Amino acid sequence: MSTTTDTTAAVSHPRGRQRLGDRIFSGGATAAGITILVLLAGVATFLLIEAWPAITAPAEDIPGGEGLFRFILPLAFATVVSALIGLVVAVPFAIAIALFITHYAPRRLAQSMGYLIDLLAAVPSIVYGLWGVSVLAPASLGVLQWLEGNVGFLPFFEGPVSSTGRTMLVAGVVLAVMILPIITAITREVFLQTPKAHKEAAYALGATRWEMIRMAVLPFGRSAMISGSMLGLGRALGETMAVTIILSASGASIFNLGLISSASNPTIAANIALDFPELSGISVNALIASGLVLFAITLAVNMAARVVINRRREFTGAA
Amino acid sequence: MTTATASATEAKRVEVSDLDIYYGSFHAVKSVTMTIQPNKVTAIIGSSGCGKSTFLRSLNRMHELVEGARVEGSVILDGQDIYAADVDSVMVRRQVGMVFQNPNPFPTMSIGDNVAAGLRLNSRKAKKDELDEIVERSLRGANLWEEVKERLDRPGSSLSGGQQQRLCIARAIAVQPEVLLMDEPCSALDPVATLAIEDLIGDLKNNYTIVIVTHNMQQAARASDFTAFFNLENSGDPGQLVELDRTDTIFSNPENKATEDYVSGRFG
Ligand SMILES: Nc1ncnc2c1ncn2[C@@H]1O[C@H](COP(=O)(O)OP(=O)(O)OP(=O)(O)O)[C@@H](O)[C@H]1O
Ligand SMILES: [Mg+2]
Repeated sequence: MSTTTDTTAAVSHPRGRQRLGDRIFSGGATAAGITILVLLAGVATFLLIEAWPAITAPAEDIPGGEGLFRFILPLAFATVVSALIGLVVAVPFAIAIALFITHYAPRRLAQSMGYLIDLLAAVPSIVYGLWGVSVLAPASLGVLQWLEGNVGFLPFFEGPVSSTGRTMLVAGVVLAVMILPIITAITREVFLQTPKAHKEAAYALGATRWEMIRMAVLPFGRSAMISGSMLGLGRALGETMAVTIILSASGASIFNLGLISSASNPTIAANIALDFPELSGISVNALIASGLVLFAITLAVNMAARVVINRRREFTGAA
Repeated sequence: MTTATASATEAKRVEVSDLDIYYGSFHAVKSVTMTIQPNKVTAIIGSSGCGKSTFLRSLNRMHELVEGARVEGSVILDGQDIYAADVDSVMVRRQVGMVFQNPNPFPTMSIGDNVAAGLRLNSRKAKKDELDEIVERSLRGANLWEEVKERLDRPGSSLSGGQQQRLCIARAIAVQPEVLLMDEPCSALDPVATLAIEDLIGDLKNNYTIVIVTHNMQQAARASDFTAFFNLENSGDPGQLVELDRTDTIFSNPENKATEDYVSGRFG
């Protein structure tokens, strides 16, 4: 008994001398951290509980009648593929724009381009969806036909080409436009902070501007490029409205590789948005199970990003 | 010291005439005319803000990287004005290397890659085994080889400050410039590391023309053959070259009163 009190006293003593401000700040930060963990655990638990009936249900009760796995797989596939298309298209553009703004454009132009890109981020996603359906989809038909004609032997580009252009490829491109601003904004900020010492070191070796960028700016911005991309990927994975509008025509549960045919599956998020109001009973649980899968994918993406960023920390000077 | 430095090669002379250096409308350095001798160490001394760094950076066209910065006059390296209209600043910097006040190895590169960084630039791609050889030769040239040969793949930032500065020197000499500019290369180092760099400078002049800015009078006296004294008449005026002579003359019997005051510590 007495030993216990002694230890507590010994431990709490240095705390007693901490400044009030420090205590409030560290208490607040700890509370915020714990809140986030609790929220995350809460969301996961909710999804798991709600999905459980679908996980345990017999296969023929699940929409499609072939079991939960066959129900979710095409949706998950469509989700990942559309987000990846978005990422593959957006990242090079975003980095190129960020580099142009930070290292090539005259100051005035750079500033207005920066505002313009930020403006893109403020456009509601439904507007992108409408733009995709009414402008990009019809405009893409020529490209889609060319793809079928020239690389149609690849399963991704197998015909017949959609007559409306409302395809996975178009959805991916719309997603790319949507995630462009966030990736650009994050990389631009960090490119600007490249230490002058490293840039001058490169120039002094006789580097051209592009070589300087490769030696000093890009390595410095590496983790920002990765984390910016991952944030973009996260947004693309969860994006609902734009993809819903573009891919609403189908809803078929067939496992489909096609990026240019009209039989593309909707993504998980789009499928939930489309079907949730109309379904009941076990089908709702199946939808929530698909949501759980989306949650897991997003979590995995973010954790993978952490691993990539941490792996070469020693070489960033932050060690 | 090493085989690399034993076989001396003749470096290039630099002739500066009527050089005026500006930052926008601010006139930083006024009409400098001086000859920098090949295979010699020329020290630049003078009070803070008199334009030493500015002058040094105009010798490899680093100055123009500052927005609005410009120069008038000529800097002739090996018979060619580096400010002539048809001369590419990139080519100038490949001939005139630079070492900075604070060691600045590329943090994402290993020790070996740092040394090879300049060799990997576009127009002079080297082969892998050739590269290894140059890396070793440059590190030996910078007196760093023995200390790092076991850990060339470790990050450059894992070295001590003095080692990092020698790494930066190795990086600069790996591309075999004609001239090596050093802006207070020892100011972030302790006395032992400073002496190591000064020894190294003594070796390097066998192959390179060296210009070093320093605030340390003893360093100028120990390490240089010629000394240039820069000064400002009044604050706000452009800096000027007051006197350039053999280092022993500058320190024992300078022509100009201001020089004498400065080197004897009665000034600035
Ligand atoms: N980037 C810049 N833009 C505008 N003015 C500058 C810039 N760099 C230096 N100057 C000015 O040019 C003058 C010379 O500066 P410089 O850095 O060449 O001095 P210095 O002799 O190297 O001084 P120190 O011994 O303190 O390094 C100073 O008046 C300084 O304020
Ligand atoms: Mg200086």
